[in-house]
Amino acid sequence: MNDESDNLIEIHDLMYSRGTRVIFKDLNLTIKRGEITALMGPSGTGKTTLLRLITRQLIPQHGSIFVNGVDIASLNQRELYDVRKQFGMLFQNGALLTDINVFENVAFPLREHTKLSSRLIRHVVLTKLHAVGLRGAADMMPAELSGGMARRVALARAMVMDPEILIYDEPFVGLDPISMGVIVRLVRRMNDALGITSIIVSHDVAEVSTVADRSYLISDGKVAASGSPDELNAAKSELVRQFMHGMADGPVAFHFDAPNYAEQLLGRDSE
Amino acid sequence: MRGLFRDIYNNAFEFVRTFGSFQLFFLRLIRHSPRMVLRRPGLVIKQVYNTGALSLVIIMVCGFFVGGVLGLQGYANLARFNAEDSVGTVVALALIKELGPVITALLFAGRAGTALSSEIGLMKATDQLSAMEMMAVNPVRRVLVPRFLGGVISMPFLVAIFTCTGLFGAHVVSVDLLSVDVGAFWQQMQLSVDIDDIREGVIKSIVFGIVASLLAVWEGYNAVPTAEGVGRATTRTVVITAISVLILDFMITAVML
Repeated sequence: MNDESDNLIEIHDLMYSRGTRVIFKDLNLTIKRGEITALMGPSGTGKTTLLRLITRQLIPQHGSIFVNGVDIASLNQRELYDVRKQFGMLFQNGALLTDINVFENVAFPLREHTKLSSRLIRHVVLTKLHAVGLRGAADMMPAELSGGMARRVALARAMVMDPEILIYDEPFVGLDPISMGVIVRLVRRMNDALGITSIIVSHDVAEVSTVADRSYLISDGKVAASGSPDELNAAKSELVRQFMHGMADGPVAFHFDAPNYAEQLLGRDSE
Repeated sequence: MRGLFRDIYNNAFEFVRTFGSFQLFFLRLIRHSPRMVLRRPGLVIKQVYNTGALSLVIIMVCGFFVGGVLGLQGYANLARFNAEDSVGTVVALALIKELGPVITALLFAGRAGTALSSEIGLMKATDQLSAMEMMAVNPVRRVLVPRFLGGVISMPFLVAIFTCTGLFGAHVVSVDLLSVDVGAFWQQMQLSVDIDDIREGVIKSIVFGIVASLLAVWEGYNAVPTAEGVGRATTRTVVITAISVLILDFMITAVML
């Protein structure tokens, strides 16, 4: 296999802005087939936006994104949907359909895209729910689930079509330590056993370090650093060290731009 | 002064752009409708239940009292000219041609329209529509079209039920309570109401059904995905539907007279 076919997703010179705010400028990034790639960065750097650009929920102002060698900006809706069938996406809040129960949520893609018998759909759905430990919650409605449970159901739904690429947007938020450990192992196992390519957006440096093959640290609209978790942990760059070790002081300011604190407290700027 | 012209230009541009999007949105709904009816009738029937059957109580209660008050007012005024036997005619024409379709559409906007727009708006705010997009399922086809069709199909039936309960209410008030002759009540009505009057009511109910359902799904789909945005979309649904229905009622009446 040559280098070109190793790259499942390639992003070239990506530029995206919202209003006057530039979110990405000349971003270049490659996601290798069969690997678990983590996209990390301080809050507000546009990691979720990047996922939406990769899946063409958003369209960049400049640059190109290739998935399996296809420029996704050039696709019509039908072709785009064909590409999206290769994706499974776990949304930050789960995004379960609230008017149907857990079982039907996981069965939803199967009912929409396949003509499988009810019996087979039942088998597949229960298998996926069992994998995330929620087979017993099949009859519950999404409103009855905790945040962590909802995300696990959403994970079962994301993998029910056996996608080629699984995208996780903050998969570890709200999970208890036991569930988190199970999910981390599940992500790794699925990736290795089924040959899936995984993309994880997360702040959780410790968990990501245990599961990711390669990490990209995004800051100021560009890739600030990339490499294996060990390489990033050992990096000399101040920004990388600040982020990887959770330090308060460093190039990334904790405080959002604001007027002088004392003057604002004394109310001078409002008068 | 230049600022004023720029504001007018920007607003006019935005209005034309929104109106164009609205028309394209309507065409998309129409384009997907036949396939949805033929291949997924269950989804449409569920929405007929949600928008139609669940609106029955409010429609019937309001219909009864609107008919009752028409019977009361009609009797009181017609009795001055010894024409109280014509109360059935007055009530029937008012309900079939005007009040039935208009009040049903306004009630529909308040009950089903708000439910539709807030449901769709919340689905958008909680990423459910984005999740469908990511599952390669078109949310316009899967979510909006069944709801639009549910409203369109329900409205003529709701208007018919409103009109019938209105006539029943008028009958109770004028015949049972005010002693108008029952034979005169129905006979006068039969002599005065012809098929053209019913056709006008049916046409209005179909047009209002399309407009009220279309505006509800449009507002929900274009809601700003926040709690405040969904609330505003819901309010706008009622306001814009009410204005549109009353303007269209005038236009259809003017054309059909």
